[in-house]
Amino acid sequence: MKKSGFFLSAMFLCIIAKAQDKPEMADVMRSNGKIYVVVAVCLLILFGLFIYLFILDRKISNLEKNNNQ
Amino acid sequence: MRKYWWKILSIILLTYTFLGGFLFDVPRLFILNETIRNLYFHVCMWFGMMILFIVSFIYSLKYLNKPSIKNDIYASNFAATGCFLGVLGYLTGVIWANYTWVTDQQQSLAAILKEPKLIGAAIALLIYGAYFVLRGSFSDNDKKARVSAVYNIFAFAMLFPSIWIIPRMVGSLHPGAPGSESGNPALNYNDIDSRLRLVFYPAIIGWTLVGVWISSLRIRLQLLREKILNN
Repeated sequence: MKKSGFFLSAMFLCIIAKAQDKPEMADVMRSNGKIYVVVAVCLLILFGLFIYLFILDRKISNLEKNNNQ
Repeated sequence: MRKYWWKILSIILLTYTFLGGFLFDVPRLFILNETIRNLYFHVCMWFGMMILFIVSFIYSLKYLNKPSIKNDIYASNFAATGCFLGVLGYLTGVIWANYTWVTDQQQSLAAILKEPKLIGAAIALLIYGAYFVLRGSFSDNDKKARVSAVYNIFAFAMLFPSIWIIPRMVGSLHPGAPGSESGNPALNYNDIDSRLRLVFYPAIIGWTLVGVWISSLRIRLQLLREKILNN
């Protein structure tokens, strides 16, 4: 009985040691879906930047057109 | 629409980069952990910088071959956007290094300060910074264009020892150095697996296209300014 207890605890120790061998990742953030919040915020900033670039692009195009007349 | 296709392509590729970069599966690595996703952002800044500097170099060669103010404007504005991406790459690298080298690996400040990759990148960016100082110091436009075209070729040539060759020859914490036991950073088959490539290559193209877009806006503005000043 004592022996089997020892083996069991040794096995558990091995399992715990193995779990710590694995690199830690943000698995919780993925499982509860909070990562989508980050993606949404970053995409909004990206699109904002693109809209800004598009408006600048159009303004410069208009300037070029006016200048050529 | 025909002129716009690459701008739309850059939007699509970067949207994909942000979606895939945050949501796709990445290899589980020690020290790096989840920060391996910075590969799609930090490393792409340097790739974009390098491509824009190559374009700038080509326009400087073209200027020396056939002096026209247009080639000079192209060369200087591609170099300016390249520097901007380079500075962003440097700053993102500072944040990344702070958490992987300092916090996780307990590297000393002395080890960080003598890091050859950081010193090399700083030298390369400062050489390009001097390019703009040089341009600003001329009042004669033709002289400015000619001297700065020659200097731009020198600055481009200095990129190779300072960011490509020397950091690979001496020990360094940065991937790609002998001490880190990997060869070519980001493109090595041991370093980067197919899951990373799936987002990494589109990300390089997307960020570079945005750099080209910003440069093209700057170039068009400056060409307009030249035209108005000449009339």
